[in-house]
Amino acid sequence: MPESSLIIIPMPAPARPAPPGGFRAAPLPTRRILPGFGLTLGCTMLYLSVIVLIPLLAVFVTAAHLTWTEFFNVVWSDESIAAFQLSFGASAAAAVVNTVFGLLLAWVLVRYSFPGKKLCDAIVDLPFALPTAVAGIALTALYNDQGWIGKLLAPLGITVAYTPLGVFVALTFVGMPFVVRTLQPLIEELEPELEEAAATLGATRWQTFQRVLFPAILPALLTGFALSFARALGEYGSIVFISGNLPYKTQIVPQLIYAKLDNHNIPEAAALAVAMLIVSFLLLLAVNLLQRWTRARTGVGVAQL
Amino acid sequence: MKLLRWSVAILAVAAVIGGTARVGAADSPAPKKVQLVNVSYDPTKELYAALNPLFIKDWKAKTGQDLTISQSHDGSGKQSRKVIDGAPADVVTLALASDIDAIADTKLLSPDWQKKLPNNSTPYTSTIVFLVRQGNPKGIKDWDDLVKPGIKIITPNPKTSGGARWNYLAAWAFAKQKYGSDALAKDFVRKIYAAVPVLDTGARSSTLTFAKNNQGDVLLAWENDAHLALAEFGADKFEIIAPSLSILAEPPVAVVDKNVDKNGTREVALAYLNFLYTDEAQDIIGKNFFRPIGEKARAKYASQFPNIKLVTIADFGGWAKAQKEHFESGGTFDQITAKK
Repeated sequence: MPESSLIIIPMPAPARPAPPGGFRAAPLPTRRILPGFGLTLGCTMLYLSVIVLIPLLAVFVTAAHLTWTEFFNVVWSDESIAAFQLSFGASAAAAVVNTVFGLLLAWVLVRYSFPGKKLCDAIVDLPFALPTAVAGIALTALYNDQGWIGKLLAPLGITVAYTPLGVFVALTFVGMPFVVRTLQPLIEELEPELEEAAATLGATRWQTFQRVLFPAILPALLTGFALSFARALGEYGSIVFISGNLPYKTQIVPQLIYAKLDNHNIPEAAALAVAMLIVSFLLLLAVNLLQRWTRARTGVGVAQL
Repeated sequence: MKLLRWSVAILAVAAVIGGTARVGAADSPAPKKVQLVNVSYDPTKELYAALNPLFIKDWKAKTGQDLTISQSHDGSGKQSRKVIDGAPADVVTLALASDIDAIADTKLLSPDWQKKLPNNSTPYTSTIVFLVRQGNPKGIKDWDDLVKPGIKIITPNPKTSGGARWNYLAAWAFAKQKYGSDALAKDFVRKIYAAVPVLDTGARSSTLTFAKNNQGDVLLAWENDAHLALAEFGADKFEIIAPSLSILAEPPVAVVDKNVDKNGTREVALAYLNFLYTDEAQDIIGKNFFRPIGEKARAKYASQFPNIKLVTIADFGGWAKAQKEHFESGGTFDQITAKK
């Protein structure tokens, strides 16, 4: 065997003169690219505050103009609940579909070589580049009962445009690149030797996938899911054309917020925004924790042997 | 060092651009270049595209100033909110008085704005008609026919579209007149909205949904939008049906006092709005399928506009009352769309 056993010899740190006054417990200062912790923390907090925290705080402050009863009435009204159900339901469904097919797509793009591969890779980025309104109009034209695909589905009794199914389709479209792009680097890093080792130990292909590969990519898969879910939740431009916007049936929360804003009912709109923010934050936090747990369980990189 | 040099360069360029972008400054007397911003609602794009060049020519001849008019079009409610939030509108030409009232509430213009110009500050009116497919296959002649089983109606969302609110009130007015009470009118309007498959956010979107995406059997539209649809999508594809009763839609105009004083454009803004009442402008208004108020234009375009019996917003107690009763949270629109 060409591979000889590796003997790891710990190398001592570069020689430094012993500091006067004895041995230091703290690490010696080294040259860093970014200046000190204080300054970088300051910059980070400033950036985060201006871009994220202060605008969100403004939403909370505006919503605070309502009393608790009014807030509850707005957020818990039948119309709002129906909108929340559609927003979260369709986003979750779209994220799940994107996760499954994103994994497939990423795997194919990394592991296989075929003519037009570079083109396929570039097409994956299209939903990022396309303005969402354009995507919405295109999907509506395609899926309404006069459109190319809609015409074929209509005899089967499937209506896509102006139904929750249309919302789901649009959300799948906009969330697609996230899972693919998150998984691609990770799959590239997976060493083929792992699979070969598993095969030599007698694992079937499914067992190799289930026991060796899947746990390794699970954290990234969850990240991709979270990103796709978050993007879908915030989506407005593509949905507003394809959804039909019927209250209680095909209205998403951003559309409801817009309706309230256009009626100069800003505190109620802010109340809905706050509710959406809190629920989304909790869901994303849950996904994040799940991801950390899986990473801790399955080990940090697969390259450790 | 390099970073510093780049930062200074970028700041210098920004300063130069910022400096030259200021036009119509209030401090210099009678500047050569003046800009007017007209914030309007959805269906008036073609109208102002035709009117503005005439006014610009007139103004140049009168004062020698080079005027540019910047138009903005979107749903009336959205535009009103934009102006409240600080959009630099010199004049607003919106779909209904309550949208301008909302701006007046924030002291951007005076509360008696509607009396400042003739005819309640309304230089042109319109009404609500039906647009159906060629040959009127579903036989729609009046509001009653809309609630026949199997008919699909396209109309925008009254919460976001000014035109949709006129549609809603026109339907209500018809039902109240025919069936006698508000309760029965509410039932009728409920049936209408139950037959709507797509509730677009604006009048134009609804027109596109009906005319381009071929959804629905009938479109409840501004009269001028219906004519425009015929012109754009083919007069052989659609027909305009005038119902027996409709509402006089009065889209008012106003000068945004605070903004024109800040920009120094009060004179040109006022002249612009007064221009809309001149014979020249009224002719263009009639040509673009809005109902003019000037005598000459009315006579000239009389054949274009069917004689429909029209109610007005006064029959609903004014916009403030109608808005509160029908379109605010918990109003009749919310009640009729509520899940049983």
